[in-house]
Amino acid sequence: MWEDIKSFASTFFVTGDPLIYGADVAIVLTTLAIVFVLTKYKKWGWLWREWLTTVDHKKIGIMYLICSLLMLFRGGVDALLMRLQLALPNVEFLHSEHYNAIFTTHGTIMILFMAMPMMFALFNIVVPLQIGARDVAYPFLNALSFWLFFFGAMLFNLSFVIGGSAESGWLAYPPLSEKMFSPGVGQDFYIWGIQISGIGSLATGINFLVTILKMRAPGMSLMKMPLFSWSVLSSCITIIYAFPILTVTLALLFIDRYLGAHIFTMDGGGNPMMYVNLIWMWGHPEVYIVVLPAFGIFSEIVATFSKKQIFGYKSMVFAMIIISVLSFFTWAHHFFTMGAGADVNSFFAISTMAIAIPTGVKVFNWLFTMFRGRIQLKQPMLWTIAFIPCFVIGGATGVMLAVAPADYQYHNSYFLIAHFHQVLIGGVVFGYLAGIYYWWPKMFGFKLDERLGKWGFWLWNIGFYVCFMPQYALGFMGMTRRLYTYGWDLGWAPLNLVSTVGAFMMGLGFVFQVWQIAYSIKHGERDTTGDPWNGRTLEWSIPSPAPVYNFAVIPQVKEADDWWATKQARANGTANEAPAKLEPIHMPKNSGIPFIMSFFWFIAGFGFVWGWTWWIVIGLAGVGISMLVRSFQYDTDYYIPVDEVRRTEASLGRAV
Amino acid sequence: MQQTMAHHDHDHGHEDHESLKVLGFWIFLVTDCILFGTLFATYAVLMHSYAGGPTGKEMFQLPGVIASTFILLTSSFTSGLAMLAMHKGKVKQVIGWLAITAVLGLAFVVLEVTEFSHLVAEGAAIYTSAYWSAFYVLVGTHGLHVTLGLFWMAALMIQLGKHGITAVTKRKITNLGLYWHFLDVVWIFLFTVVYLMGVM
Amino acid sequence: MGARKWLGRVQFWIMAVLASVLLSGCGSEYMVLNPKGPVAETQYNLIIISVILVSIVILPVLAITFYIVWRYRDKPGNKAPYQPEWAHNTTLEVIWWGIPVVIIAILGYFTVRDTYALVEPPNKEVKPITVQVTSLDWKWMFTYPEQNIATVNYVHIPVGVPVQFELTAEAPMNSFWVPQLAGQIYTMPGMAMGLWLQADEPGEYFGTGANFTGKGFAHMQFKVIAEPQEEFDKWVQQVKNTAPGMTRQDYENLVKPGLSDRLTYSSFPPGLFEEIVKKYGHAHGNHPGGMNHYKNNLKNNDDQHDEGHQGGGQQDAGQHGSHGGNDAQASHQHDMSGTNH
Repeated sequence: MWEDIKSFASTFFVTGDPLIYGADVAIVLTTLAIVFVLTKYKKWGWLWREWLTTVDHKKIGIMYLICSLLMLFRGGVDALLMRLQLALPNVEFLHSEHYNAIFTTHGTIMILFMAMPMMFALFNIVVPLQIGARDVAYPFLNALSFWLFFFGAMLFNLSFVIGGSAESGWLAYPPLSEKMFSPGVGQDFYIWGIQISGIGSLATGINFLVTILKMRAPGMSLMKMPLFSWSVLSSCITIIYAFPILTVTLALLFIDRYLGAHIFTMDGGGNPMMYVNLIWMWGHPEVYIVVLPAFGIFSEIVATFSKKQIFGYKSMVFAMIIISVLSFFTWAHHFFTMGAGADVNSFFAISTMAIAIPTGVKVFNWLFTMFRGRIQLKQPMLWTIAFIPCFVIGGATGVMLAVAPADYQYHNSYFLIAHFHQVLIGGVVFGYLAGIYYWWPKMFGFKLDERLGKWGFWLWNIGFYVCFMPQYALGFMGMTRRLYTYGWDLGWAPLNLVSTVGAFMMGLGFVFQVWQIAYSIKHGERDTTGDPWNGRTLEWSIPSPAPVYNFAVIPQVKEADDWWATKQARANGTANEAPAKLEPIHMPKNSGIPFIMSFFWFIAGFGFVWGWTWWIVIGLAGVGISMLVRSFQYDTDYYIPVDEVRRTEASLGRAV
Repeated sequence: MQQTMAHHDHDHGHEDHESLKVLGFWIFLVTDCILFGTLFATYAVLMHSYAGGPTGKEMFQLPGVIASTFILLTSSFTSGLAMLAMHKGKVKQVIGWLAITAVLGLAFVVLEVTEFSHLVAEGAAIYTSAYWSAFYVLVGTHGLHVTLGLFWMAALMIQLGKHGITAVTKRKITNLGLYWHFLDVVWIFLFTVVYLMGVM
Repeated sequence: MGARKWLGRVQFWIMAVLASVLLSGCGSEYMVLNPKGPVAETQYNLIIISVILVSIVILPVLAITFYIVWRYRDKPGNKAPYQPEWAHNTTLEVIWWGIPVVIIAILGYFTVRDTYALVEPPNKEVKPITVQVTSLDWKWMFTYPEQNIATVNYVHIPVGVPVQFELTAEAPMNSFWVPQLAGQIYTMPGMAMGLWLQADEPGEYFGTGANFTGKGFAHMQFKVIAEPQEEFDKWVQQVKNTAPGMTRQDYENLVKPGLSDRLTYSSFPPGLFEEIVKKYGHAHGNHPGGMNHYKNNLKNNDDQHDEGHQGGGQQDAGQHGSHGGNDAQASHQHDMSGTNH
């Protein structure tokens, strides 16, 4: 009996590495601390009522944000571990399998559990406020999306201490990811972690598409809609077309592993190349899914902080639509070297280069928004301005990579690594950080400290170039990705060392940002007006943070940049505002079902990972019952009476 | 869908909420379409990958499949009749037609399970070859959809009994109807590509 | 002012890195920028062309960015014009839709030209030699069908002679890369890929696997030794005289996951490469490009062609919409391998 337990524990828990034991201790201590604090201050009820069951898009956005920052931390630590290992030749800090697990985790987390939730955080926090809506189209589904993401991420992260992590790269190419070469449960944790959160992402795509199409304030035609909302719209359409492919692809891989099917296996007639095609049919659009909202953020910020209307609004919209369509026709550029033949390679080379055209147009339009404006170098704008050169260089190397025959030389080398980090950090991360700085006061009612923020900003930026510019050169030196070690003989050492220094500078930048948040909670400048940046769009017309119903009265939109126009009119004395008439506000009720149902998904996923039938049965039954319970609920909404709205508005300093 | 898209009013009343949910369901069906499209593509690629194992031509027994095709087509028709009854406001008729639809759906699932167990017994299981893996995944995913639809249908029949025909139940029945017709269309493709082309 | 400091630093780093790449570009460590054969040379030229073309756009953009940020900063007494409502100008927008279109058109022309060119042997005057490559966990096996010898983790080739590499894998897919001689091609189980390559100068060239294959991947480096034809012939003769032959058991041992030293064999089981391809290739008929290539090559050596597989290949070429050009590609490669059907 005791022996059984011991042998079970040694396969169940990851053992034998001091880093992991350290993490075990940290996880246990953190959990205990959270439980202690919640119990001591009697906050369990508050946690359940205010957060775990909430369907309020603003709170869901904040939860996404917290998770994504934690994931940024974890993915960042992974990056630093890798850079430590590669700082010098023949370092024996991580052994091969550990290194492989770390780069797999780093990639997966950064794209799926960092970038995606950070993007959803901004969707949630901004879109309804920006289009003058009281919530998203399906608030319950929105909460469900979040909790699916949350439990998916938990499942994936759990593999760090239980069972072992996946080791076959963030896209898990078979046959390497098949049972034959990756027999461990890590790969299954990967599949189920992504699968569960992926369902949530798909639902979010549908949710925000409908929200934007159907819930805009009266008068806000599509061509008067702020560009961030446009970018969310194009991103959501891309999600809707791309994510089902991911779901199918991972499901097929799991069926191979679990039932011994031969879809992507080396033997039995399986076709690994099919997987590579499918995963990139999702994977390439995925890149645009995360970068389009960043473009939207830049468009908002550049206009606000240049005190000028966005230049070429129609071009901007058109460019985003072209990008999201073209993103589905470029996937094969990820494997020009797979011998698809000259016709195929030529097609995908040209289609890939073509994406540079609308992207370039956007850059020009941002520049000409600043042109003849008045540029205020506040934090959001700093990140935006830093983005432009970074993204332009990253885009240029992207065009170079699209040249198929030249790509035979860049493929899988550090040149590629440098390129995609440049567009993903320079584009996506800078964009989301800019967005977070910009909308932070709207979320929490105070600004983030400028001085500490600038430290973070400079460290990130300088660190970025120090880290990644040498990697372009390393690519030319023949260094390929995913090497856990290298020798002295090839002359790769100096540039790798420089790169590691840069990575740590970025890490330090992150530390400054955490400090900045902690500091600003107490000392940050309070936002009492609701419009701290002299903004242009509707979200700045309401108090910060917004009341639960967002708008006491749904605004009537007349212009693009409607709030700016309203302020101008008020200043000129030409405002013709009818006195607002309050009505009871229809709101969705909170629900614990999203949390519970997602938890059952987690149970089922855990069961699938380990092949524990009872867990699978209980998990799936729980999911089914949760759905039925929800289906039988007819009393899912309520009205906020006029008096209460009036009281709330008055307490926020607004007379209605 | 065209109608709901064009219909753009901002009275956030119940009716509006319900039409919003129908639009969302349409978009869900788009994603489901892509899901099946991906499975069809996989099937097409692996269509000849028998790896020395049995072929579809050797294994398929068309009469059973044709029978289940007719059963599913009929169930699509009866679910349409349920919709018509709903628009006339006749609760009992709606429940009746749905019950018939459900029975037909169940028969379809039973036939499919029988076919699968027969195939496995004859030596064409999911692990036999890439072809059979693709076959089971494609046909099985459709079968799973039908099965889930049955649970949904049962839940809605109870709700109809409880609440009668309201804006909410109307929307739910509408979505279920869309779902059922969609599965029918998928099956027609499936029948053609997998079975007809398989035995030809 | 933060912005100016920032401008300075960014510029400094960009210049520093560009300078370090370009100046030391001639240094031997920058293999990709030091091509030693016509294939790598073509790719190097394309890299240079693409750098120049993208620079035409990005250098002015970077300059304009810095200028605009400096000129229009919000500072008391800034006399630069301020036009908050100026948000549209058709001429300007046509210009910046147009410029990238032109640049991409030019670059696209070169890309397509060379994509097709690289399918051809780099030199049609000289009779090519064939070397078969099999990537294993975690080693490279080279078999010479014409010389009937085999090596592991190193390969000899004659200088000035086009080499037709035929590649496959009996392990997760890898990518075969000799940066100074040619760009990569994947090695995949069940498929025979083709890669042309030629060395113009004698020397030892760095070769590596470029696609991750698991635990021992970092050690999958090999040497390509290019030497004049006489020395190559001498080496072949020496191998034949001194090295042991490769038995099936030897090969089975090589397939087992693990690292390996350089090995040399005076012979190998006949048809080994074709066997490896067929072992997993049975059902892979549906692959475009590389697969067609494999079929054509295989016909040379192997009369017993698998019909099911052939049929699969043709059927799927049409269905696989994404790879629209398969048929053309098939005939293309067909010509290349010079067989008659």
